[in-house]
Amino acid sequence: MAKIELTLNGKKVSREVEDRTLLVNFIRDSLGLTGTHVGCDTSQCGCCTIHLDGNAVKSCSMLAAQADGSTIVTIEGLAIGDKLHPVQQAFTECHGLQCGFCTPGMIMTSVAIIKDNPNPTDEDVIKGLEGNLCRCTGYVNIVKSVKRAAEIVRTGA
Amino acid sequence: MYELTYQRAKSLADAGSLLAANAEAKLLAGGQTLIPTLKARLAQPSHVIDLAKVAELKGIAEKGGVLTIGAMTRHVEVATSAVVKKAIPALAHLAGLIGDLQVRNLGTIGGSVANNDPAADYPAAVLALNATIKTNKREIKADDYFQGMFSTALGEGEIITHLIFAAPKRAAYEKFAHPASGYAMTGVFIADTASGVRVAVTGAGASGVFRWKDAEAALAKDFSAKAIAGLQVDAGECIGDLHAPAEYRAHLASVMAKRALEQLA
Repeated sequence: MAKIELTLNGKKVSREVEDRTLLVNFIRDSLGLTGTHVGCDTSQCGCCTIHLDGNAVKSCSMLAAQADGSTIVTIEGLAIGDKLHPVQQAFTECHGLQCGFCTPGMIMTSVAIIKDNPNPTDEDVIKGLEGNLCRCTGYVNIVKSVKRAAEIVRTGA
Repeated sequence: MYELTYQRAKSLADAGSLLAANAEAKLLAGGQTLIPTLKARLAQPSHVIDLAKVAELKGIAEKGGVLTIGAMTRHVEVATSAVVKKAIPALAHLAGLIGDLQVRNLGTIGGSVANNDPAADYPAAVLALNATIKTNKREIKADDYFQGMFSTALGEGEIITHLIFAAPKRAAYEKFAHPASGYAMTGVFIADTASGVRVAVTGAGASGVFRWKDAEAALAKDFSAKAIAGLQVDAGECIGDLHAPAEYRAHLASVMAKRALEQLA
C-alpha cells in the first residue's frame, strides 16, 4: 500500500491506496471528486485532465503514488464559491458543450492553454486541445469558448 | 493493471540498486507509454521505480556548442527551452510535435529513447544528430544504440542519464503525424553535422529508426531538395499496417525529406 499525501484544490489530503491505483481513480474513488471523468481507458480522450503542480496532465496516465507530495487542481477547484472560472463562464456563454462528458477535461486543458498564451488563435486552440476528444463533435463552439475565455481574462469582461 | 510495488528512487545510485534488487523491476520515467501499457495488462513488472525525483537526471545545459539534456527532462521543457531553441532549433521543434499537450507535460526524452518505439520522434533526432547516449555505466554512440523495434544497446541495470548533442550547422525535422495518435507515420530528421550529412527516418522502418544512406550521399555533394529527387527508401524495409502500406511510408520519407530541405534552403 502507498500512503499518498497531497494538496487537492487547496486542501491537504491523505489516503492509503494500492500501489497500482491510477491517479484518476484516487481522485474519484478515494477522494470522492467525480468531476474528473474517465472516457477511454487508453489515455487518448483527455477527459481526466487535471493540473499537477500547475501543468495539465492526464490523471489516467499516472499512478496516484507518483503524485505524492504534489499540488493538484481538479475541475471542482476552479470556481470560487458561486463565481465561475472565466473558462467555465465562457463555455456556458458560447455553448461549448453538448453532452458535457468531455467538458471537465476540455476546461482544464483550456485553462493551461490561455495561461501560456493569453490571446490564442483558432489554430493555437486546436493544437492545444489535441489531447482532448469530444465525441459530440462540438469543436467549433469549444474553440469559440476558449477564445472568449482568453478575452474575459485579458479584458475582465 | 496487475499488482505491482511502486518505488521512488532518491538518487541515481538508489535507482541502480532498486533495479538490481528485482529482476522484474521496470524504470518509470514520464510513464506516457509505460502506464498505458500497464493499464492494458501488456506488461507485468513486479516493481516500478520512479525516476522523477532523481536530481542528477534533470536539466538542460549548453557549453561550446554541445547540448546536454538530462534523461528526465520533459518534452515541454525541451520544446520551450531558450537554450535548445538557440543551439538546435530543430530539436525544440521536434519535442513540440510529440503527442499532445498533456503528454508533453509528463513524457521524457530519456523514456522515449529507452523505449525506442519505431514511430517515436526522438530516435530520429538522436540518430541524425549523431548524439551520445550517456548511461550510469558508459557512453553509447547513436549508431550503436538503436537495434531494432523497441530494442536498444541498453544492458541489464543500465539507466540513461543524459543525451549529448553536438549542435549541427543546420538541421530540420518534418513528420507526417498520424492524425489520431500524433505518432510519426513517417518522420525525417536531416542534420548537416561536422562529421557529414546525416538523414534519419522514423515511423517507416520495419526495424525501427534508420539512416537513409543514399540520401546522405546525395546531400553530401549537393545539400538541396533537388539532390534527392528520384531517391526512395526501400519499401521492402518499411512497415505496412492498417494505417498505411509500406509503399506509402516509403513515399512519405521522400516527401518529408524534401520539406525538411526546403526549410533549410
